[in-house]
Amino acid sequence: MSFSKAMRFDKFVYGLLAVAMIGLSAGVQAAGGGGGLHDSVGNDVADTASLQRGVGNYVNYCMGCHSMQYVRYNSIGEDLGLTDEQLINNLMFSAEKTTDLMTIAMPPESAEQWFGQAPPDLSLIARSRGADYLYNFLRGFYLDESSPTGVNNLLLPNASMPHVLWELQGTQRAIFDEVEYAPDVTRVEFVGFEQVTPGKLTPEEYDMFVRDLVNFLDYAGAPEQLERTYLGIWVILFLLVFLFFSYLLKNEIWKDIK
Amino acid sequence: MSNVKSNGGRGEQLLAWIDERFPLSKMIKEHATEYYASKNFNFWYVFGVLAMVVLIIQLITGIFLTMNYKPSADDAFASVEYIMRDVQWGWLIRYMHSTGASAFFIVIYLHMFRAMLYGSYKKPRELLWLIGMVIYVALMAEGFLGYLLPWGQMSYWGAQVIISLFGAIPYVGDPLVEWIRGDFFISDITLNRFFALHVIAVPLALCMLVIMHILALHETGSNNPDGIEIKNNKGPDGIPVDGVAFHPYLTAKDLVAINIFLIAFCSVVFFAPEMGGYFLEHANFEPANSLKTPEHIAPVWYFTPFYAILRAVPDKLGGVVLMGGAIVVLFFLPWLDRCEVKSIRYRGWTYKFALACFAVSFLALGWLGLLPAEGVYTLLARIFTIIYFGFFLLMPFYTAREKTKPVPDRVVYHK
Repeated sequence: MSFSKAMRFDKFVYGLLAVAMIGLSAGVQAAGGGGGLHDSVGNDVADTASLQRGVGNYVNYCMGCHSMQYVRYNSIGEDLGLTDEQLINNLMFSAEKTTDLMTIAMPPESAEQWFGQAPPDLSLIARSRGADYLYNFLRGFYLDESSPTGVNNLLLPNASMPHVLWELQGTQRAIFDEVEYAPDVTRVEFVGFEQVTPGKLTPEEYDMFVRDLVNFLDYAGAPEQLERTYLGIWVILFLLVFLFFSYLLKNEIWKDIK
Repeated sequence: MSNVKSNGGRGEQLLAWIDERFPLSKMIKEHATEYYASKNFNFWYVFGVLAMVVLIIQLITGIFLTMNYKPSADDAFASVEYIMRDVQWGWLIRYMHSTGASAFFIVIYLHMFRAMLYGSYKKPRELLWLIGMVIYVALMAEGFLGYLLPWGQMSYWGAQVIISLFGAIPYVGDPLVEWIRGDFFISDITLNRFFALHVIAVPLALCMLVIMHILALHETGSNNPDGIEIKNNKGPDGIPVDGVAFHPYLTAKDLVAINIFLIAFCSVVFFAPEMGGYFLEHANFEPANSLKTPEHIAPVWYFTPFYAILRAVPDKLGGVVLMGGAIVVLFFLPWLDRCEVKSIRYRGWTYKFALACFAVSFLALGWLGLLPAEGVYTLLARIFTIIYFGFFLLMPFYTAREKTKPVPDRVVYHK
C-alpha cells in the first residue's frame, strides 16, 4: 500500500466517524417529542421589561402556593433592575428582608391534604420541564366536569392544580376527534380549544401574560444565563487570539523539522 | 552547606542546589527535553494531553465545589443551587465540573480509539494499555459516584438502577447491595460514602495511575501513526532520527490542541451547559424523591453503550455478566490481536472492516442506551451487542493470517 493510500484510509475513518456522529445526533433529535400541544413560547430572557412583568405575575398569581426557595428577592432586583423600594412595595408580601429567599407560608403537610400533593417549588421548573412545556401547560386547561377542580389539563392529564388563571383566560372547551390513522385503527386526538366564557384578557393578551411568566421562570431556573452568554463571547474571543499565537509559535518551533 | 561551584546566575545556582538533593534536571530531561517521540503525530495524538488538561480542570473545580457542597440528603440539592446562585462564580465552577465529566469521556474514548487505530496496545506496550484500562474503569467509577452528589431525581434513580445490578450476583448479591449502599435503600449514608469515594479515594487512585501510565509510556516510548519503533533507527548522536523532543516540539503542538479543545469546552460551558439534556439531564433539576420513580431512567451518555448491552439480555444476571464482559474484554486486546503489524495504515482489510464495525456498534449502542428498551430498539441492541463482542472474540482468527502491507523503515512525514 502506498503512503498516499494510507493517508486516504485515515480520511476514510474520519469520514466514517463524522457520518456516525451526524446520524447519532439526528437519531437523538428524532427520539424526542410526543403528543399534545407543541407551541414554542419564543421568550427572551434578555427582555428585562418582560421579566419585570413576569415576576409581578408570579408573585400575584403563583406564589400563594408555589415557593421559589432558592431565589432571593434582591438577586431578582439586581438582575431585573429593580430598587429595594420597588421590591418591598411590589413583590414582597410576606418577606421581611430583601435578602430573604422566596419561600411561602403554606405548610407542605397541609398542602398535601388540600391538593393531594404539595404544589412543587418552581425555582427549577423551567430547567426540569422546559419553557415550552410550561407555556403550553398554562394554556392547556379545559373544562372537565369529571375532575374535582372542574378543569383538566392537556399536557398533564388529571393535574391536581386548578386553573388559577381562569379569570384572566376565561374558560375553554377542548375538542377531541376520532382520527383514523390506519385502516380500522382510530385514535382520539386533540383538535383545538373553543372559548366558552371570555376572560378579562383577550387570547393574545393571555398568551403574552403567560409568555412573561414563563420568561421569568426561565430566568429564575438559571439566573446566571445572561451573564454567562455575555462572558462566553469574550472568553471564546480570547481563546481564538491565543490559538492564533500558539499556532504561530508552533510553526516557528517546527520550521526546521524536515 | 554544600559547595555550589556554578558560576551562573542565581537561578542556575538554585537549580544546582536542588539537583544535588532532588533529580529535578534529570527528570525534566528524561520526561520532556530529552524524551523523543515521533515527529509525525497527527490529530489522534492530542487526546492524552487533553485528558491531563481535563483531569486538572476536574481536580481544581472539584476542590472549589467541595468548599460549598454539603454531602447530606437534606442539604445536597439545595447546596448545589446555592453554588449556582449565591457563590461568586459558583455557576462557572459547577458547569466546568459537569462539562468536564463528559469531556473526560469524550477525550478518553478518542484516546482509546487511537490505540486501536495504530496498535498502541501491542508489544511492548501491553502494560501501558492495562494501566490505561484501569484508569478508564476508575474514571467510570468516579463519574458514577459523582453523579449521585447533586441528589436530583436522576442521581437517585440512576444510582438505584446501577447499584441494584450487583444484586444479580448469585448468593452474595443482596448483602453486597446493602453493603454498598450502607442502608436498605439509597440514603444519606450512601450519599456520604459516595462523597468520600468521589473526592478522595478515586481521585487519589486516578492521579497515581496517571503517573504510572506516563512512566510506562516513557519507558517504551510513544507509538506513532505508522506503528514503527523509532528507537530502532538512531542517529550517531543516539537520538532517534524520526524523533523530536517532547519539549519544545510536542508541547508547542499540544498547546494548539489545548486551545482548540478549550474553545469547544468553553462553548459548552458558556452557551450550552446542559448540552440539550445530555451533559446535565433535565430530570436531575428535580430533587431526589424516593417515592416517585421517573418515567424513563437513562444513565448519562458515557455509560449508555454498556447500559444498552445490559438491557439487550432478557436475563438480569446474564445482562450484568455481558455488561461487565464488554469492559473486561478490552483488557485482553493486546493478546487477542495476533497481527504483527501495528498501524491500521499497513493492516489488512479484515481488521479495518472489523474496527469500523466495532466503532459503529459502540456508537449505535450508545444511542440505543438513551432510548427506551422496546421493540425494534431491543432487537438493534442485540445485533450491535453481537457485533461488539464479535470484534473481540473473533479477533484471534481474523488477525492471525491477515494480509498486511509492507511497513516502511521510516515514519511518513509531510512538512
